[in-house]
Amino acid sequence: MDYPFAPPTALEPPAEWERLRAECPVWRVRMASGDEALLLTRYEDVRAMLADPRFTHHLTRPDAAKLADSETGGVFNDPGAAGDMTRGEGHRRWRRMMSRSFTAKRVNEMRPRIEELAHGLVDDMVPPADLTASFGFPLPVFVICELLGVPPEYRDRFSHWSDAMLNLTRYRQDELDTAAREFHEFMAAHVQAKREKPGDDLLSELAVIVDSQDGRMSEAELVMTAQGLLVAGHETTANMIGKMVAMLLADRSRWERLVVDRGLIGSAVEEALRFDANPNFGIPRYVSEQVALGDETIPAGSTVITNIGSANRDACAFADAADMVLDRRPNPHLAFGAGPHSCLGQALARVELQTALAVLLDRLPTLELAVPAAGLRRREGLVVGGLEELPVRW
Amino acid sequence: MKIAVDQDKCCGAGQCAMLVPDVFDQREEDGVVVLLDPAPDDRLLPDVEGAAAVCPAEAIRVER
Ligand code: HEM
Ligand code: SF4
Repeated sequence: MDYPFAPPTALEPPAEWERLRAECPVWRVRMASGDEALLLTRYEDVRAMLADPRFTHHLTRPDAAKLADSETGGVFNDPGAAGDMTRGEGHRRWRRMMSRSFTAKRVNEMRPRIEELAHGLVDDMVPPADLTASFGFPLPVFVICELLGVPPEYRDRFSHWSDAMLNLTRYRQDELDTAAREFHEFMAAHVQAKREKPGDDLLSELAVIVDSQDGRMSEAELVMTAQGLLVAGHETTANMIGKMVAMLLADRSRWERLVVDRGLIGSAVEEALRFDANPNFGIPRYVSEQVALGDETIPAGSTVITNIGSANRDACAFADAADMVLDRRPNPHLAFGAGPHSCLGQALARVELQTALAVLLDRLPTLELAVPAAGLRRREGLVVGGLEELPVRW
Repeated sequence: MKIAVDQDKCCGAGQCAMLVPDVFDQREEDGVVVLLDPAPDDRLLPDVEGAAAVCPAEAIRVER
C-alpha cells in the first residue's frame, strides 16, 4: 500500500482508515521515497506509541525509512533537526525550561491581545474573502512572532521557510538546503541581537539562560528552539483555524448552534481537533527494540507511522465517532499527541482557536462557504494538512 | 473524591489548570502540575474526571 492515502474530499477521511482499523493493528506501507514503514491506525495503539520511549525520534538511523523522496528525506530525517534536547533526559530538561512560557496562566494572559489581533484582521476583510489568507494564516504568525520577539515583517519569509521544512514533495534538495541555511542564519542573527539588547519576550528570556552558561541551554540549542517554535506554532494553528471554520460551515447548523450558544466554543474547538480528517501525514518514530502489539510483533529497527486522524475517529474510543458532536465531553483526542512529547504549545493553540472562533461568531455571524464544501481543495504534500483556500462570504 | 497527581509524568500542558483552576495549578518555573485541593467538593467530580481523561500524560488519578 502506498502512503499517505488520498481522501475523497478535503474534509473527509480516506475510506481506507476504517477498514484498516477493523482488520489489523499494524499495516505495511510504502513511502514516497520507496522505503517501507509500519502504520498504526487504532486509538489505543496510537496513544500508547506516542507516549512510549521505545518509539524514538531517532529517524536519522541509517536503517530508518526515509519519508520523502528528497536526499535527506525531509524535516523528520534531517540530522540537524535532532539533538540532545529532543530525547530522554535532555528533552525533559528542555521541556521543563520551555513549559513556563506555555502554562495555562501565561497563555490566558495573552487572550486579550490575541482577540485584538483577530479583530484587526476582521476589520480588513471584505466579502467575498479567502479566510485562510486573510485570517487563518496571519493570526498565529502575529502571535508567535510577538511571543518570540521576532518582527512580523518577515512573515512571508517565515511562511516560505516553514513550508520548505514541512513540505515533503514540493521542493528540490537544493531548495531545501537554501531555505534551511537562510532560516538558520536569520535566527542566529536574531538571537545574537537579543543577547545584546534583550526585550520583553521569550527569546530574550532564553538568551539570559544561554549567557549564564550553566549548561541548561547552548546558543545552538536556542537557535534550534526558536526555529522549531516558529514552525510548530505557525503552520499547524493556521491550517487548523481554516479547517475548523470549514467543518463548522460545511453543515451550517453547526455554525448556527454556536452563534446562539457561545458556551459551546471550548468543546467545539476540541471536537474540531478530533474531527479533523487531515491532521497530518502522521507522526513517525523509529523503534529501538522489539515491541509486541496484540498478536503482532514490531521488530527493532522499524519505522512506524501513527495516524492520529484515524485514531481520533476510532469508534472503540469515541461514541458516534463519525459525527461532529459539538458538546462532546470529555474529548481525549490525540490531535496534540500524548505523553512526554505531546504538544508544548497546546494551551496556546487552544486559546488561539477559541479566540479566533469567538471573534468570527461575533463579527460575522452570517458567515457561509462561498463554494460547496466538496469543492474545497487540500494543500498537497504538507506534513501538516490544510486547505488551499477557504472562500467565504457574509 | 480523592485526587492524586504524578508530577514526574506531567508534561506541563496545562489542560487541568485550564479546565479546573480551583483544583489544579502549575508551577511557575516549569509548568508542572500543582494540586491545590486533593479532596474537592463532589460537585466538581465531572470536571475533575474530565481533566483526568484529557491529561495527555495520564498524570491525574481520581478515586471516588
Ligand atoms: C492546532 C495547532 C497545533 C497542533 C495540531 C499541534 C500538534 C502537535 C503534535 C501532534 C505534537 C506531537 C509530536 C510528537 O509526538 O512527535 C506537537 C509537538 C509540539 N508542538 Fe504542537 N501543535 C499545534 C500548535 C503548536 C503551537 C502553537 C506551538 C508553539 C508555539 C507548538 C509547539 C510544539 C512543540 C515545541 C512540540 C514538540 C514537543 C516535544 O517534543 O516535547 N505547537 N504538536
Ligand atoms: S493536564 Fe496533565 S500533563 Fe498537563 S499540566 Fe495537568 S497534569 Fe500535567
